Amino acid sequence: MVVGNETVPTAERLHSEAYTRPSKVRTILIGNRFQTGLLRLLVIYAVLIFSAFLFLLPFYWMVNTALKPPNQVFTLPPTWIPKPVMWSNFLTAFTIQYETDPPVYNYALNTLIVTVNGVVSTIFSSALVAYAFARLEFPGKNVIFLGILSTLMIPFAVVMVPQFIIWRYLNWLDTLWPLMIPHWFGSAWNIFLLRQFFMTIPREYDEAAYLDGASRWHIFVRIILPLSKPALAAVAVFAFVFFWNDFLGPLIILSTPENFTLTLFLANFNVAYRGTPWHLYMAAALIIILPCLVLFFFSQNAFLKGITVTDLKG
Amino acid sequence: MTTTGLAPRSNIWQSRRFRDAIVAYAFILPWVIGFILFVGGPIVASFVLSFFRWKMIAPPRFYGLTHYISMVTTDELFRISIWVTFKFVIISVPVSQVLALGLALLLNQRIRGLGFWRSAFYLPAVVSGVAGSIIWVWMYHVELGIVNNGLALMGLEGRNWLYDRELVLGSLIVKSLWNVGIPMVIYLAALQGMPQQLYEAADIDGSGEVSKFFAITLPMLSPAIFFNIVMGIIASVQTFAEPYVMTGGGPDNATLFLGLHLYQNAFHYLKMGYASAMAWIMFLLIFGLTVFQFGLAGRWVYYEGGAR
Repeated sequence: MVVGNETVPTAERLHSEAYTRPSKVRTILIGNRFQTGLLRLLVIYAVLIFSAFLFLLPFYWMVNTALKPPNQVFTLPPTWIPKPVMWSNFLTAFTIQYETDPPVYNYALNTLIVTVNGVVSTIFSSALVAYAFARLEFPGKNVIFLGILSTLMIPFAVVMVPQFIIWRYLNWLDTLWPLMIPHWFGSAWNIFLLRQFFMTIPREYDEAAYLDGASRWHIFVRIILPLSKPALAAVAVFAFVFFWNDFLGPLIILSTPENFTLTLFLANFNVAYRGTPWHLYMAAALIIILPCLVLFFFSQNAFLKGITVTDLKG
Repeated sequence: MTTTGLAPRSNIWQSRRFRDAIVAYAFILPWVIGFILFVGGPIVASFVLSFFRWKMIAPPRFYGLTHYISMVTTDELFRISIWVTFKFVIISVPVSQVLALGLALLLNQRIRGLGFWRSAFYLPAVVSGVAGSIIWVWMYHVELGIVNNGLALMGLEGRNWLYDRELVLGSLIVKSLWNVGIPMVIYLAALQGMPQQLYEAADIDGSGEVSKFFAITLPMLSPAIFFNIVMGIIASVQTFAEPYVMTGGGPDNATLFLGLHLYQNAFHYLKMGYASAMAWIMFLLIFGLTVFQFGLAGRWVYYEGGAR
C-alpha cells in the first residue's frame, strides 16, 4: 500500500546514502571505501618512505663502510658513497688471519654443521611429536601438551648451567656436540606450530589410509609430511635463522677458536685484530648475515606463513 | 553352537585404543627423552643447585637460602641488573607493539609494492643479535657514526650514545625497535584476516575512521596484541647479545642486564649455585609479567566466538 520504493530502507539504499554523504572534495582528498584519497595517499607514502629509510639505514651504513678503502673509514665528514669501491674488503676480511687463529672458512664450516643438524633434526623430531598431538589419542595428552607449551616460559638461563655441567661431565665441552644433540628431541615452539598445521589437514585422508591398513608411521611419512611442505618449509627457514645466529649456546660451550662458530668469530673480531678495522668488520658482518638475508628473499612466503600459521585463537 | 565364542574378548593388548596409545607414546618419545635430559632434569638440578654453593672445584656445599638473601642484601649489581632489565622490558615491549601495529596498519592500506615495504621492515629481524649489535655500535660511534653525522647535517649536536650512562639504555631500546618485523607481520596477518562485514556495518552507521579503529580493529586484534606482548616479554627479559656485544654492561653498569650478570657469575666467576638462583629470579620475572598479562587479558582481550 504505502510501502513504495521511497520508504523501504533496503540495504542498497542505506549503502548509497552512507557513501554519497561526503562531499566530492573530501572524497578526492580522504577517499572512501573504494578508493584512497590523494591527501591520504600522500601521508601514507611519506610515512612509509620515512620509516623504510630508517629501517634500511643500518644496512646502508654497513654496506657503505664495508666497501670503503681503509683511509676513508676515518675521514670526517664521512664519505656517503665509497670511492673507489673496495670489493676486496670482503676477501681481506675473510683471509687475514691473526696469529694462530684458524681461517674463517673453519668458522663457517662449524656454523654450517650446527645449522644443518639443527634444521634437519628439529624438523623431523618436532613433526613426529606434533603428529601424535594432532592425530592420536592417548592418556595424558592434554596435560603433556600443556607441559610442552609451558616450557616456552622457561628461560635458557635456567637450564644453561645444568646443561653445561652435563657436557663438562661427559668431557664434550668445546666440541660441537652440545650444540647439536639437544635439538634431536624436538622444540616446543616447532611442535606447537606443526601441530596447528597438521590439525588443518582433513582427517579423511589418514582415516582412509588407516582403513586400508596403513600404519600410523606410514600415514605420517606418506601423507602428513608431504601435505605439510609449506609448514615444514616455514619451520626450516626459522630454524636456519635461529641456528645460524645462535650466540649464547656457542659462547658457553666453545672455547678454542678452531671450534668457534661465525657469531663467536664476529663477537671476537676486534679482539683478534687488536683495534677495530671497521671496514673489514662490516664486510665480515655483511657476509655472515648474507645467507639469512638471501634465504629471506627466496622464501618470504614460507617465512610469513610460518609466523602466521599459529592460529592465535586456539 | 555355543554362544561363548561370540563374547568379545577384552584382551587389552588387542584393543585399538591401547595400541594407538602405545604408538602415540612412541611418537612423542623423542620429546620425552629430550625433556628429561635437557629441560626437566636441568630444571630440577638448577633449582637444587640454587641452594648450594658450588664453584666447580670443591664439592657443592649446602647454602640454604643464602644466595637468595644475598641478592637483596649484598649483591648491589643484582639489584641494578633487575632494575635495568625491568626498565628495558617495560619500555621496549610496549613501544615495539605500538610501532609494529602502526607499520602493520600502514601496510594494510591499499599501497603499491607491499612486498618491498614489508621486506624493508622485516629484514632486520633475520639479522643475528651479534651482527645487528655490531652494526649499531658503528652507527652510534661518537665521531664516525652515521647517527651523529646525520644529526650534524641537520645542525644538531651529537651525543655519546653508548658511553653516556643516561642515554645508553635508550640507545639499546632503539636498537631493539629495529627488530619489530616479527610482531608487525603477525599484526598484518591478523588485519588481513579481519571480517569485512564489521567495517561495512560501521560504514552504514556512519562511524569515522578513529571510532572504527577503537571499536573494531583494536578489539579484533587484541588476541594478536596479547600474544605479541607475552612473546616480547619472554624474549626481552632474556636480552643478552646486545649488552654483551655493545656495552659489556657499562658504562657504570647502566646496561648490566640480568642475563649478562648471570652469565658473568656462572662463566667468569664459576658461581654455578648463585647463577642458578639468579636464573630462577629471571624465570619469576618472566612468569610474573606473563601472569600479570593473563590477569589483565580478561579485561581487554576479545576472542571472537565467546570467552576462553
